[in-house]
Amino acid sequence: MKRALETVLMRTRDAARILVTALREIFDEAAYARFLSRTRMSSSTQAYAAFRQEFEEAKTRRPKCC
Amino acid sequence: MNKTLSLLAWGAVAVLGALAVGVVAVHRGEPINALWLVMAATCCYALGYRFYSRFIATKILALDALRATPAERLENGRDFLVTNKWVVFGHHFAAIAGPGPLVGPVLAAQFGYLPGTLWILAGAVFAGCVQDFVILLFSVRRDGKSLTEMAREETGRIGGFVAYLAVIAILIILLALVALIVVNALKSSPWGTFTIAMTIPIALWMGVYLRRIRPGKVMEASVFGFILVIIAIWGGQWVSQTPTLASIFTLTASSLAVLIMVYGFAASALPVWLLLAPRDYLSTFVKLGTISLLAVGIVLLRPTLHMPALTRFIDGTGPVFAGKVFPFAFITIACGAVSGFHSLISSGTTPKLIARETETRMVGYGAMIAESAVALMAVIAACVLQPGVYFAMNSPAGLVGQAPEAAAATISGWGFPVTAPDMLALAHAVGEQKLFDRTGGAPAFAVGMANIFSRSLGGQAFMAIWYHFAIMFEALFILTVLDAGTRVARFMIQDALGHVYKPLGRTSWYPSILATSGLIVASWGYFLWQGVRDPLGGFNSLWPLFGIANQLLATVALCVATTIIIKMHRTKYALVTLAPLSWLVTVTFTASWHKIFDPSLRIGFLAQAKVLAAGPATGETARLIFNNRLDAAVTAALVLMVSLVVVESVRAWAAALRSGEGACMKESPFVMTRLAEGR
Repeated sequence: MKRALETVLMRTRDAARILVTALREIFDEAAYARFLSRTRMSSSTQAYAAFRQEFEEAKTRRPKCC
Repeated sequence: MNKTLSLLAWGAVAVLGALAVGVVAVHRGEPINALWLVMAATCCYALGYRFYSRFIATKILALDALRATPAERLENGRDFLVTNKWVVFGHHFAAIAGPGPLVGPVLAAQFGYLPGTLWILAGAVFAGCVQDFVILLFSVRRDGKSLTEMAREETGRIGGFVAYLAVIAILIILLALVALIVVNALKSSPWGTFTIAMTIPIALWMGVYLRRIRPGKVMEASVFGFILVIIAIWGGQWVSQTPTLASIFTLTASSLAVLIMVYGFAASALPVWLLLAPRDYLSTFVKLGTISLLAVGIVLLRPTLHMPALTRFIDGTGPVFAGKVFPFAFITIACGAVSGFHSLISSGTTPKLIARETETRMVGYGAMIAESAVALMAVIAACVLQPGVYFAMNSPAGLVGQAPEAAAATISGWGFPVTAPDMLALAHAVGEQKLFDRTGGAPAFAVGMANIFSRSLGGQAFMAIWYHFAIMFEALFILTVLDAGTRVARFMIQDALGHVYKPLGRTSWYPSILATSGLIVASWGYFLWQGVRDPLGGFNSLWPLFGIANQLLATVALCVATTIIIKMHRTKYALVTLAPLSWLVTVTFTASWHKIFDPSLRIGFLAQAKVLAAGPATGETARLIFNNRLDAAVTAALVLMVSLVVVESVRAWAAALRSGEGACMKESPFVMTRLAEGR
């Protein structure tokens, strides 16, 4: 019984983690974190401006569906 | 034992699915519970995913988990990135799920719930999911190349050129259409107009918050933005009840059209971070939440569908748009069944994120199933309305009469009883002045959604709040497509013009930005204006035009897919893409023929132009004649271009079959994945 409960808790935790990861990816927070790590910058107004500029070249050119 | 259990379980799913589809298909007379549709869909999707997509994955595509994907080979931390499959699924679904699967099924509900439901289920399982899946895999095997590049390499130069032109044409018609949906949802609605107007300063505030106050905290800003939007919805009620403010926000269709064009131009020319990106985030946040809420609402409340399975309008005399159930139901519902536009996403961002080939099945086929489920929810939301109410909202005044009493009498005469006082009471319940002549599908969907939500949360007292929440959700969603689409079209035009005069291709050169933004806004603005001034509501001509353009792009995508399958020496399985391709060619070419040459005034562009030309010559008729001829020319040009792609593809198939083993594809060479070695 205890083991089953642990498994359920573990699965729930995994599902929540995946959901948060997906949301961070959809909302580009993960992309910004990768940008900071790649450019070795810390989060700041300038860093976010540089990220947006780089990002615009790539992602905002993609069409969104109807 | 496991195998036996699995066989029994899948057998039960098949029997249950057959039973549900059977009930949905043969049920006549009494209202039917929406749960039958949900059950039919769940079983069809489960069987399609488990068996059909597996068949395609193993027998045709031979997905190879050991083959390194471009995300791994070309990883750069930007476009190319190995990503968790569920994350890619979420990303892909957020990109493909636009307003199309919500609006198309609502419009097609004029035929009854049956044609739309069957097309959504069969179209998704056998065509839409297949297209998205195979194009995604083929792009993964070609370093994430786009559809236009694959078309050029595999079928010839015409394929690439036509795909490019088709994308521009679809974008322009799509943008005009979505703008028209917003105009029709907001005209004479101070509450709705105020709420949507407020999303602009909210998005600007989010932009400043993200850039200056808490850089990069998007989810945080989106939550704050969402709370502000909810406050704006509450505030809208107060605005609508304050005469001075209400008069400011009560706008005509023409004024709204002009404002939306100004907005589209500004969104295209302004820096992305200021308006476009925050609105996109806010829209995605609201979209994911609302769709989940609607799904839960439908399953828990099990609403009854009042719309009959088939209406008399399958004969082509429908008030929402003219044309028989075949072929018009199949071009009206594109997203949700099969949409050519998806092939651009499947060959855009998504293939660059896939970690393993085997994940393309879940992302490509699976995300399209999710989109199809959204379309089915739209069918349910439209069909829970009393048919009289549905037709009163979606029939243009030019057809049923300007006065509420006259419109109610016309609609009741069709066998769908409705009265002017009932419609007025409903309008007051949702906080509107009137609900007649609210064409475009969005208001009907909003009333259906408010109906479902208010039954569980807040009751009748909350009906107006839920209605405006739904309108805000749709308009926000649509304006995101509008501003992002205008910008994407601007980039495409700038790329092309850069070959003629280099500075025009520079995306940071303001004269070029202003000129190309103006060109794109003027193009879709022209069609929008045409729709706003159309006495038949605009959707009668524009939605079929959009559906034809979108399905013709799917034809191009399936031509490319069939060519590659034949070159892979899987000719015996080519029917998997050839069958939906043949269906789409039949449907779109028939629909195009009707839209151009049909003698019925409400269907054929040329017939309408001819009758107008025979009448008294005024400035208004001259414009209408020109518009009809322009629509006919655009349709003919699209069909001609796609015919060239089909002919070129057939030649490529014949050449590939003749050369046997010699047929060559432009696939990237096999490289063993490091991800497997590390395990």
